[in-house]
Formats: sequence, structure tokens, C-alpha cells
Amino acid sequence: MRIKVFAFIAIATTWAACQPFVQGERLYIAHCATCHMEDGTGLAGLIPPLAGADYLELNRHLVPCIIAHGTSGGVVVNGVTYEEPMQAFPELTDVELSNIINYINTSWGNDLPLTSPSEVNSHLQNCPG
Amino acid sequence: MMRTSNIAILAAAAIISLAACGKEKSQQLPILGNIEVIEGDTTYHSIPDFRFIDQDSEWITNETFAEQIYVADFFFTSCPSICPKVKKQMLRMYDEYHDNPNIRFLSHSIDTKRDSVPRLKQYSTNLGVNSEFWHFVTGNKDSIFSIADEYFVAALEDPSAPGGFDHSGRLILVDQNRHIRSFCNGTDEEEVNAFMKDIELLLNAD
Repeated sequence: MRIKVFAFIAIATTWAACQPFVQGERLYIAHCATCHMEDGTGLAGLIPPLAGADYLELNRHLVPCIIAHGTSGGVVVNGVTYEEPMQAFPELTDVELSNIINYINTSWGNDLPLTSPSEVNSHLQNCPG
Repeated sequence: MMRTSNIAILAAAAIISLAACGKEKSQQLPILGNIEVIEGDTTYHSIPDFRFIDQDSEWITNETFAEQIYVADFFFTSCPSICPKVKKQMLRMYDEYHDNPNIRFLSHSIDTKRDSVPRLKQYSTNLGVNSEFWHFVTGNKDSIFSIADEYFVAALEDPSAPGGFDHSGRLILVDQNRHIRSFCNGTDEEEVNAFMKDIELLLNAD
């Protein structure tokens, strides 16, 4: 019995270590992957990549705003300007937004600092426009 | 009598289809769609005459593809659902084949109101593709929707669907004689891989 429990904990720990943002991944697949792709590569000059995107690091405070409010285009990622507008996802909560952002920040080779619901909330209070 | 012969044709088609599923895959692609036999002559389903305008304001007709096979699809530029995934797969095909003079790509916009010629031009430019090889066309709304039927693609206006249109992400392979030779779900990478093998087969057959 003890061995079984130990094995279960070991497997669960390994699995969690592989993907700590399960809700973030699920929400990413549901809301973001149709355009930004499951591997975060985007689509040519139409939809910006999230994998290796300098924007995430340079504009950390704007990322929650973009997801919650969308954009009307003109987003510069890795030196390329993307003119396509992005739809808004106003229904996402601060917790959901932070889970999505943390999933993006730690996936496909991205290694960016994590965020929190309270940080997301404070950024959302200061969105431009 | 008529009904009996129809059943016979359907049964024959079913047997042929089953045979096609066997291990020994035929090295020739079938001609898809209804087959009619009238007084001993066999007529296959073919794409009817069309005339649309592309991102360079050039007329695109059946004649444009008289010497080439082509891959067709239906989409719209502001589509928030399946289109980017389909375009990603088509871009993979374009990268593979755009140097080949025997194949072209034809994307029909079903959002004829918003997808103007300049809008299609901007879209194709941002996608990074050459308009000689990949035509993005618009035209009369009814003509676009009715030709979708001929490609066996579901496309309809639906205010409740994301972006206002409901459509399938199917990719269609058409030969020089306007016949449909293969199709796949353009959002599914595995299906697209198999579809690209069909493209090879058709390119090598001609």
C-alpha cells in the first residue's frame, strides 16, 4: 500500500513538474491556439508568435490588457509589425489570465518570470487607452 | 428500372471504395463525386465554370488552371476559428510546392462584404506568399457559396458562428480536367500529410 502511494506521488510529482499550469494550458488550447497555434509559432506575418516573443518580456504589463481587451493591430514582435486585430476575452478572470500567461511564459522554450492574479489585476487597472 | 440501375451503380461504387481501403492502395487517385452513365458514356463530377477576382485584381477562371492541378479552400480573413490552422497547413504545402510550375493554390473568401481586393492583398502579403502561385479570390456572394457546394465544402452565413460564417476547413485537390481527386480536413496535420502524398501521386501521374 505504502509503495503504491509512493509511486502515485512520484508519478503525480513528475507529471506536475512537466506542466505546472494545467488550467493555463487548457485555456490556451481553448482560446489562443486556434490563432497562435499549439506550439506558439503564430502564422507568418499575420499572427505573431508567442514562442520566443520579445514582446512578452518587453511589455509584461500590457500582456493581460491585450488578452482581456484585444488589440486593433500594430503590435511589434521581434521587429515585425502585426496589423491584424486580436479579439478580446473579457470573460477571463484574473486567476485564469495569470494561468494562461504563466503557461505562455514557461512553454516552447520561453523562460520568463511568473505572474500572479494580483499582479494581473494591477496591470489591468492601468491598461492604455 | 431506373432505381435498380442506380442501386447497382451505388453498390459498384461501394465495392470500389472498399477496395480502395485495402492494403494495396491504388497508385492512381480516384475521381470523386457522382458518376453518371448516360448511353454508355461515363460522366464524372467536375467543377463548373467560375470567374472570380484575386488579390491582384486579376480574373481567375477555370482557364487559369488549365495546365495545373490546384488545391482549393474556403475561408475569410477575420475568421477567428479554424482558418489560421488551415492556412498554417496550406503554407506548409506552399513552401513545399511553390517552385513547382504544375500546382497552384486557390483560396475563396466567403466574407465577400469585408474581404475586398485590397484586404486580400494585405492578407496574402502578410502571409508572405506570391500571388502568381496562390490566388485569394472574392466575387459575387451567391457564386462563391454555390461553387463551395461543387467542391463539397460546407459554407453558410450564420450570425451565431464565430465571425459570422460557418464553414468546413476542407482542402480539395482538383486536376487539370476539373475533377476532384482528393480532400482532407485542413486543420489536421496527419490528414494533410496523407493529402500531400496524394498531391505527389497526381503530380507524378501527369
